[in-house]
Order: sequence, then structure tokens, then C-alpha cells
Amino acid sequence: MATLDLLDVNKSFGAVKVLHDVTIQMADGEFLVLVGPSGCGKSTLMNIIAGLEEPTGGSLRLDDQDITALGPADRNISMVFQSYALYPNMTVEKNIEFPLAMRKVPKEQRAERVRSVAALLHIEHLLDRKPRQLSGGQRQRVAIGRALAREPKLYLFDEPLSNLDAQLRLDMRTELKKLHQRLRATIVYVTHDQIEAMTLATRIAVMKGGIIQQLGTPYEIYNRPANTFVASFMGSPRMNLAKVQVAGGDAGWQLTLDGAQGNKAIIEVPAAQVDLSAHVGQEVLMGLRAEAICLSHDRGEAGPLRCAARARVEVIEPTGSDTLVVLQIGGVEFTARLEPDAELRIGQDVDLFLDLSKLVCFDLKTEARIGA
Amino acid sequence: MAEHVLAAPGARAAPGLRASRVALYAVLIVMALVFLIPLYVMLVNAFKPLSEIETGNLIALPGRWTLQPWLTAWGTAQIGVSAHGLKPYFLNSFLIAIPAVVISTMIGALNGYILTQYQFRGSQWLYAGLLFAVFIPFQIVLIPMARLLGAIGMSGTIKGLIFVNVVYGIGFVTLFFRNYYSAFPHELVRSARMDGAGFFGVLWRILLPNSAPIIVVTVIWQFTNIWNEFLFGSTFSSYSSSPLTVALNNLVNSSMGVKEYNVYFAAAIIAAVPTLVVYILSGKYFVRGLMAGSVKG
Repeated sequence: MATLDLLDVNKSFGAVKVLHDVTIQMADGEFLVLVGPSGCGKSTLMNIIAGLEEPTGGSLRLDDQDITALGPADRNISMVFQSYALYPNMTVEKNIEFPLAMRKVPKEQRAERVRSVAALLHIEHLLDRKPRQLSGGQRQRVAIGRALAREPKLYLFDEPLSNLDAQLRLDMRTELKKLHQRLRATIVYVTHDQIEAMTLATRIAVMKGGIIQQLGTPYEIYNRPANTFVASFMGSPRMNLAKVQVAGGDAGWQLTLDGAQGNKAIIEVPAAQVDLSAHVGQEVLMGLRAEAICLSHDRGEAGPLRCAARARVEVIEPTGSDTLVVLQIGGVEFTARLEPDAELRIGQDVDLFLDLSKLVCFDLKTEARIGA
Repeated sequence: MAEHVLAAPGARAAPGLRASRVALYAVLIVMALVFLIPLYVMLVNAFKPLSEIETGNLIALPGRWTLQPWLTAWGTAQIGVSAHGLKPYFLNSFLIAIPAVVISTMIGALNGYILTQYQFRGSQWLYAGLLFAVFIPFQIVLIPMARLLGAIGMSGTIKGLIFVNVVYGIGFVTLFFRNYYSAFPHELVRSARMDGAGFFGVLWRILLPNSAPIIVVTVIWQFTNIWNEFLFGSTFSSYSSSPLTVALNNLVNSSMGVKEYNVYFAAAIIAAVPTLVVYILSGKYFVRGLMAGSVKG
């Protein structure tokens, strides 16, 4: 168990810069997820932590020891690969034992460690098999077992669930979380799946173009995204973003949705929610999550943080657990996550409440969250 | 229309189709015979006394079967100045081929490993250079190699011939292993490095145990080439270090005495047996291994 500090880590391939001054401080026992679209540099960053690639600049410290110049074998880090990378010529037992054998751990101790890891992951009955005789989920467990056997300071996971089928992926996700809670291990985990990131992480680093867009807890990332990229990358359905005209003063702001066909809607926002004083008379991007929109059902009152709105139903997508509905508010399309048994018809006009405590605004030019 | 095309062969074949099939097999049989008749001639005549060859025809089965030509070829035939038969040269060929095959296979694996797993500056050019070695004809190497062998004191020795064959084979074996390892999963090597395997640890514990098909290809290729190799053998060997191919030539080309064709046939078959055995034992891996890595990389 250890702390990991990345300080101004850079990486260039010739003229192409793939990582820009990445700085992350990880506390002991943290589960950090690096998430982003393909080509964002997350795998490169992981390879640099592993020692498989050299950074062009910056330094890495593991438990306050500089590891920048150390080779991958000397860093006391183990990694679970996307393809599992099980050695096909060795049995499961030999695979798990391999890192210990390479480190000249005495034989009895190796056997003991293999046994305890196998028990932890419920793979005792597979120890004599070769990797090709295992299913995807079993291979995954063996790969994790091999990483655990060494009891390293830091674990790296490179998209470990992406080769599994959907159901198994969910099960393994829960198991990984359990494992982290039991071992209190420090983990860096790379994925492009934002749900995996949200569910597993204690902190998330959202990356794009080699730059960390935001580093924060899943709650912060989801509710206070640093910019429009984070807002639309994290969460499914993606956050509703709409251009609004800002008016108003000390008492509050009026955000005007100016949609197609002369449709208009005005949303009254209390001044305490967001400081738009620098943007009066200008346009900003308003962001609202799908679950911040609900049907009013003629119940309850509109309040300062509960804005009433009227909308037309355009598309209905029942998912079973809830119903995703595309609505037109003031001529602009919004996606709302409504209750599963909502009785709606296409073209119907419905009354809604918008939960303004969840409202965020972004600068139109910089795309950064206002008040961030 | 479509039904005719899809019909299983022979099931409802049209008469024209059947005729062409007969013609096809006829051609195939003739071709097979063309290749097999020389072997047949060699075999039957190796079991005949010399008198039957001189009087009878070459195609006939032996009137009296005898093993004498084989025994003579193996143990007592006059080759050069001595009458020891092929036996000592057979041994020489093994002493040359086995170490040369083992050493060149190891070098090929090492080269392939370095060229695929370590992208260093100029690695592409180095590979191109090694690849070029594949196209260098034997004759061009003769004089430089003779000088080199003289300089390092290996002229006319078995060691010298091992050296020559290893050096000449490097291009081929590197090509084989590089292509195989370029399709080898990168993550396995990375994983082994993180697990603590060093430079040779990765080669020895990860790459080589998973290289059976390409090792078989290399062994067959190198063994056949080195066993059948004649030019280097005749140029760089002395009387006592000659390989089997040179001895066979000396036996058949001796200008003295009677031409013992039955002994020559037996000797030629003896010389061919080891390569045949290697092919029969591992032939199916040969094609599989040659194809491996050719799709990707």
C-alpha cells in the first residue's frame, strides 16, 4: 500500500505531444480511474507509471521514493492487462507463481501465497489448467491473482473488463470493488467506460488530448463538471446542454431558451445558485442532468430551486428501470429520465419541474464551468 | 442452374464433368510416377547384385535379393584413399549439422526477439541487411570465407564448417523468427517484464516455450540445407572432415575400377534418409509454422 505522486509528467512522440504536464497526487488506498475517449493518453500515462514507457519530462514518486528512472521490474507495481497476458505455456499455478519465482521467493512461501490468492479469488480448482482451457471470466481472475500474489505497493488495471461479455462485466466490477474494500490497495485503473469509472473510483481523472480535464470524486465529476467535455462524457444519457440568454440582477437570473419556430421559455434561477453577473446580456451554456427533470403530476409547488416548465413529448425510450423521454422545452430538445410507468404519448404536452439545484452553466467560449 | 453448380462432386455430375475428372487424375498419376520412378529404380537396384544390373534392365525387380550393396556402401566402399565406406562421413555430417542447426536456431530466436521487442534506432536497417543476406549466392561467400577461416584457424575442420553454415543461415533464421515474434502478443512480454523477467528471462521463459511451430520450421529448413550442402563442404573440408555429400560424390566419381551402381544407389539412399526422417516426423508443423505470422506483421 502506498502513495503515488505524478509531477508534471510529459510525453511526446517526436513532435506529437500526448501528455501535457500531468500532476496527480494519490493517497494510500485510493482507487483512481483514468477515463477518456480513445487516444486521450490514459494508456500512455498508465504505461509510464508501470515503467513500460519513459516520460519525456516530469517525475514519479511511489511512497516518496523517486521511481522515474527505475525499470518496470524494480518498481514494485503489478499490472492486469486488457488481454490478461496469461503465459500460455504455464498452468494457472505457474502463472500466479511466476512473479514470485522471478523474485526468487522461497518455494514454500510461493506455494503458500498461490494458495491464499487462489482461495481469495475462488480459483483453487483451476490451478492445474492451462489458460486456453479457461473461460474469459476465469482468465480475468487468474490475471488478478497473478497481480495480487506479489503484494505490490500499487496495482494497475488496463481496461480489464473490456473483453468480457456484458453480464460478466457487471459481476467482475462488483468483485473488483469488493476486492479493493478488502485489501485497501492503491489502484490506478484505466477505462473508457464512464459507468465503470463512476462505480469503482474514489477519484476520477477525466482526460482528453493528453490533458487532465478534471480530477475529482465521482460526485464532483458528475455534479460539478469542470467543462462541457466532462459534462457530456460522464453520465448516460449525456447532460443536457442548451444555449441560453442571460438577463437579470441581484435577485436572480432569467435564462431564456430561444429555440426553433419562435418558441421561448424562461427559467428563473436564484442568484445564489450560480454567479452569472459577468455574463448578463450574453449567452451561456446551461447544463441540466436528465434526472433533474421530473413530471409535476399536479403535485407540489414550484419553488426557488424548482422551476415549472411545459414541454412537448418527442421520443419515448423505455429502459425498464426508467423511461428516457426527449422533450421540447422552449423549442430546445432535452432528455429527461422519468419514472418507468409514466403514461405518455408522443406529441403530448406535459408539465415538469426542473431541479435547479443541479443546474450548472458553462462559458460559451472557454467551455469551462462558470463559478468553477 | 445454381443447383448444378452446388451439387456435390460425383453426386449428379454431368458426363463432361466426369471425363475431365478422369483426365485430371490421369495427369496426377503420371506426375506422381515421374517423381516416384527414380526412387523405385534406386531402391530395386540397391538390392541387386552388380551382375544383374549389367545384364538386365533397370526397371526389373531383383532376381536375387541382396543386402551386400548396402553393407559395402556403409562400411567398406573405397572413398578417396581409404576403404571405410560412408560411415565416418555420415558421422561428420551429423557433427556439422546438429551443432549448426542448434546454434543458428538460437541466434535466430535472439535476433527475432531483439528486432521485434526492442525498437532501437536503425533496427529497420539492420533487419533489411539481415534480410539481404538471404539473397547472397553461395559462390560469392567462398573466397572471403576461405580467408576468414584461415585467419581464425578453422580451415579444413568440422568447427569451420559449423561456423560457415551458421553464418550463412543467419539471414533465413532471423527472417523466420522476426516474422513469428512480430505477431506475438506484446502484452505477454510487457507483463513478463513487470513480473521481473530480465532480457534472457523473457526469451527463455516466455518467447521460446511458445515458439514450437517456428522452431520446427527453422530446424527442418536448416537441417535439410546443411545436410544437403555440398559447395561449402567440398571447399572448406579436409579429407577427414568431409561431410556425407562430398563423400558420396567422391565415391561415385572415382575413376578407378568397376562402376558399382548398386552400391552407388544404396549410398545415395543412405545419404537421403536423415532428411526424409526429419520431414516425416515434423512435416505437418512445417506448413503450419511457415504460415504463422504471414497473415499479420
